Amino acid sequence: MAITLLLDLAESMDPERLAVGLRQEEITAQRLSALTTGGAALIAASGARSVAFIGVNSPAFPVAMFAAARAGVPIAPLNYRLAEGALQELVARLDAPLVVVDEAYLPVVSGCGVPVLVTSEFMARCATEPAVDLPDVDDADPAVLLFTSGTTAAPKCVVLRHQNLQSYVLQTVEPGSAAEGDSALVSVPTYHVAGVGTVLTNVFAGRRLLYLPNFTPRSWLDLVRQEEVSFAMLVPTMLARILDELGGEVPDLPALRTLAYGGARMPQPVLERALRAFPAVDFVNAYGLTETSSTIAVLGPEDHRIAFSSDDPAVRARLGSVGRLIPGMEGQVRDFDRVVPAGEEGELWVRGEQVSGEYEGQGSVLDEAGWFPTRDRARMDEDGYVFVLGRSDDVIIRGGENIAPAEVEDVLLRHPGVAEVAVIGLPDEEWGECLAAVVVPATGAACDVEELREWVRSRLRSAKTPDRIVFRGELPHTDTGKLLRRKLYSEFTTAPAGS
Amino acid sequence: MELKPGTRLRSQVGPTEVVVVKSPGGDLALACGGQPMIPAGDVPAEGLTVAETASDSTQLGKRYTDPDERVELLVTKPGVGTLALDGVGLGLKQAKPLPASD
Repeated sequence: MAITLLLDLAESMDPERLAVGLRQEEITAQRLSALTTGGAALIAASGARSVAFIGVNSPAFPVAMFAAARAGVPIAPLNYRLAEGALQELVARLDAPLVVVDEAYLPVVSGCGVPVLVTSEFMARCATEPAVDLPDVDDADPAVLLFTSGTTAAPKCVVLRHQNLQSYVLQTVEPGSAAEGDSALVSVPTYHVAGVGTVLTNVFAGRRLLYLPNFTPRSWLDLVRQEEVSFAMLVPTMLARILDELGGEVPDLPALRTLAYGGARMPQPVLERALRAFPAVDFVNAYGLTETSSTIAVLGPEDHRIAFSSDDPAVRARLGSVGRLIPGMEGQVRDFDRVVPAGEEGELWVRGEQVSGEYEGQGSVLDEAGWFPTRDRARMDEDGYVFVLGRSDDVIIRGGENIAPAEVEDVLLRHPGVAEVAVIGLPDEEWGECLAAVVVPATGAACDVEELREWVRSRLRSAKTPDRIVFRGELPHTDTGKLLRRKLYSEFTTAPAGS
Repeated sequence: MELKPGTRLRSQVGPTEVVVVKSPGGDLALACGGQPMIPAGDVPAEGLTVAETASDSTQLGKRYTDPDERVELLVTKPGVGTLALDGVGLGLKQAKPLPASD
């Protein structure tokens, strides 16, 4: 039965509860379930062994996801923003796919030689397709295939099995626990693991899924107000843009109770601005990876309030943590083979039923005891709060000392002249690596290199002071808010001297 | 019966169905209404009835656990018949909800 169990249970608990879409669309849990049964019949009849979904956020995604699950084939939501060739390569990596595609992206896939259905036609046929006998789906079968964003190399295809996703939801969500009328606004795209997780957790909780296909800060604020959204998840760059849009004005969003953020590291100054801008809202930091079936650690609303109002630096510092591991998850910080004690830095390893750690064509990267290396640098304090310092690959080793870019970035971001910043390591004959800061100046601010260096030196120390500082109009990000450090690095290392 | 998270079981004496959320693994004797639970796809033995001493009702969407919290079950179809592990009745688990995160 697999992940469809989650929808079936939600349906039996409250069939008339609105499940997805605008209120006027009136898609109840029962209706959603019926559409997925029709969709499953359609997929089964096509003979497809996988489903590719190429489209913006809409109710069609949860329908396609549960329909594929009922039909016993995995669904692969693909990044429709990729260049034509790159997208076609991903389609070619799937096993006999049926492609469900928005009209806008149809030309990209029409030459792939695979069966294609436009999203609107898929939805129409889900409503009319007669039910058929469907196979028994094993919990160990693949449910979702997600391609990593490939910031460093070719995209890897992460395999999430029914048991991984089901475990995540059953461990963390109470069925039907959302209040009548609650809704979740989804702004992350379907091909992000949070875009998958949000379908499962909110359907299971009985919280209506509402979609914003193309994020802009104004459209987000408008939709939250119009549809009385109670919960929303954002990546940090989206939250920063919303704060810029508000420009200090207090938003009038009385229904909004919870804002979750994740998907990339949240700069602390942005979080502090957000806590001031939304004083009545509960903030939740969710940390997870594609390979761990979404969230594995949570910094909850009480954690935020206590930390934000504390004068104790150790307590306040927890605002910069990703919180504690969720039920069913275990974590260790390791320095090579040694598990380090609380407070020491190393690589974060995690274990639990929801962890896949498996890539198509490469197999599992879990160790013999089931532990998964996150490739994130981290430390854990004595109460189990996890501090993620950045990707292991991004750590700068200057004169034998490990420096996490995030620490230096947070200090620079507190300077009033700095709007955005990235710190990277560059090859250096004397130190092995040196620190370079790429700064986006705040509008109208005058920034001086020596002043910024002194700003860091007086707050950290000279080893963590950027050796070079350059100014740019913007920084390169993926569309889900991840900073493309590699791109900055290659710009520096291939640029002529003195740039 | 070998129990692992995700295993679905049914009662032999009523409509109750559960999914295993947590299990220490290994052989465990789960019962509903005094009769052993069976895999959800199997057909119950004929003529079984709810034992008088095990006739509490289960609630849809609720979690049940033993006093040591070794096993946790989620009820996906409710019915009459007390859930039990090794002869000891399971109790309703107090929900400790996590905040929504995605």
